Amino acid sequence: MSISLSNISKSYKKVKAVQNISFYVKPGELFGLIGPDGGGKTTIFRILTTLLIPDSGTATVAGFDVVKDYKAIRKSVGYMPGRFSLYQDLTVEENLTFFATIFGTTIEENYDLIEDIYVQIAPFKDRRAGKLSGGMKQKLALCCALIHKPKVLFLDEPTTGVDPVSRKEFWEMLKRLQKKGITILVSTPYMDEAALCDRIALIQDGEILDIDTPNAIVSKFPKTIYNVGANNMYKLIKALQHYEHLYSVFPFGEFVHYTDKRDSFEVVDLKSYLEKEGLTDIHIESTQANIEDAFMELAK
Amino acid sequence: MKRFIGFIKKEFYHIFRDKRSLFILFGMPIAQILLFGFAITNEINNVDIAILDHSKDATTEEIINKISASKYFTIKQIIVREADIEAAFKKGKIKAVLNFEKDFSKNLIKEKKATIQIITDATDPNTANSITNYINAILQNYQQSKNKGIQIDYQIVPQTRMVYNPELKGVFMFVPGVMTIILMLVSAMMTSISITREKELGTMEILLVSPLKPFQVIIGKVVPYIFLSVVNASVIVLLSIFIFKMPVVGSLFLLGAESVLFIITSLALGILISTIAETQQAAMMISLMGLMLPVILLSGFIFPVSSMPIPLQIISNIIPAKWFIIIIKGIMLKGVGVTYVWKETVILIGMTLFFIGLSVKKYKIRLE
Repeated sequence: MSISLSNISKSYKKVKAVQNISFYVKPGELFGLIGPDGGGKTTIFRILTTLLIPDSGTATVAGFDVVKDYKAIRKSVGYMPGRFSLYQDLTVEENLTFFATIFGTTIEENYDLIEDIYVQIAPFKDRRAGKLSGGMKQKLALCCALIHKPKVLFLDEPTTGVDPVSRKEFWEMLKRLQKKGITILVSTPYMDEAALCDRIALIQDGEILDIDTPNAIVSKFPKTIYNVGANNMYKLIKALQHYEHLYSVFPFGEFVHYTDKRDSFEVVDLKSYLEKEGLTDIHIESTQANIEDAFMELAK
Repeated sequence: MKRFIGFIKKEFYHIFRDKRSLFILFGMPIAQILLFGFAITNEINNVDIAILDHSKDATTEEIINKISASKYFTIKQIIVREADIEAAFKKGKIKAVLNFEKDFSKNLIKEKKATIQIITDATDPNTANSITNYINAILQNYQQSKNKGIQIDYQIVPQTRMVYNPELKGVFMFVPGVMTIILMLVSAMMTSISITREKELGTMEILLVSPLKPFQVIIGKVVPYIFLSVVNASVIVLLSIFIFKMPVVGSLFLLGAESVLFIITSLALGILISTIAETQQAAMMISLMGLMLPVILLSGFIFPVSSMPIPLQIISNIIPAKWFIIIIKGIMLKGVGVTYVWKETVILIGMTLFFIGLSVKKYKIRLE
């Protein structure tokens, strides 16, 4: 296994950051930690990158123990922390050269690995890192984390604060890196990105809710979901919340996702109820559950 | 080794791109040395005094002429009535008043004795003291010249000689002190800030998750500042030699070696501070409050250690700057060799090793 954790727990003073976490990541896998902020994702990253010692449990990265063999791990992993952590007063090229040097390599030696990404920021190579846009910064940080050809890549919320186009590009890059045999552990609060991983762990309040492939997680969803739309979103949610057969309701884009308690659900029933509540332009149709629905259901 | 050089290169980028710290690094030593050299001085020159002459005879005129001829005093005012003395002082310009008694010459001849009252403004005690001493010296000088050829029963003639700084230049005292402060500040504050900055910006997290060993990070931080501090020390020494005509009697090599030792002591302190402080601001506060103040107050830079209360004298021993000031004063002014300052040198080496040992022990290889 590239990464394995068994019964890892970690507390800060009185706050339990993660509790009894166990999972593994296969070599060459793109594994996602999905969950809201404060769920314990960063703590898991820091334990795996040897920055924190777990209170209990064991973990290995690339076959090395995170406590005993921390020096070996530090040589063989790439780490991109959640916060932009490059030298803002150094240029793009200087940053990259610096990280190549401290890992005992050169840009030329591993250029093929970063080429796809680096060509996009190369026009700005003389610009100070602090003056780059959010998406550019992340690309540079990824280059710096990759420059020594790590066996395992840790990316803590790499797309937070990045525009949608750059986010999409970023994930395409991850897919390409995966093909080159690098194991990737990535975390994100964005549920739509979860579907791009091989397997995901849904995590909340320091506990894992479920681990599986995105499809399997979605297919486990027990109910049929209905996209409901109407002229007034706020009134619609209010009305649905008071509906006697309601199981769950969440706003989702321009619609709300509705599930019903009953096994035999008739669209007409709901429609007439909503009309009685004074809503117009009512639109109801069944839809596929997605990761967010699954997460909401598991987090209940 | 290549890693190490890469790291040092990066540090120099940081230093030279941060205009503010560059200004502190090189502007401060020059500003401080000029300030202490020119503005802050204990010497007296052209002090304004007033004369109240009740007798107005040949002798008093002679004495007054002698005083006004010296470069130390300027006679600004002639007072006629006793009652005006206070008003003259209150205006603030006049620092001393010479009050000659009535019938000065007559008394001198008839009774072999005449008095001059010297009244000084002691709001500044040091200056008042100096003024009195200078006037006394002039009067004594005059008396001796008058007594020439006359047989007196016996006489004690003190012959004073001020060694190592015969002109009593204040700048001779300040240069070693300022040099100490600058080296301490640049070395300790700048390194502690530069290490805590990595913590604050999160880059320390990446440095930790890299094959760089902690001592490589620390030495990499320290080397550029050793270099810069040596440049600073040289600038200070050159300024004091060429602008203030300060002699460096002792060996320049020994002075350089001792300075490098003190720079390393300060750097070790800086590293120690950075292991405690989490933010740049905290590091700066600890450096300023914890290092600057003791250096100025307790190192013997301005206030002599021997006249402090015993508890403070004891505390002053743990301040590295105290030992360094003794060393460089000895080398620069007295021209002593290593045989005279080995004890202080050993103390500094001991302190340095202690600080380094403590920082290595406290340095975190993880985030907590």
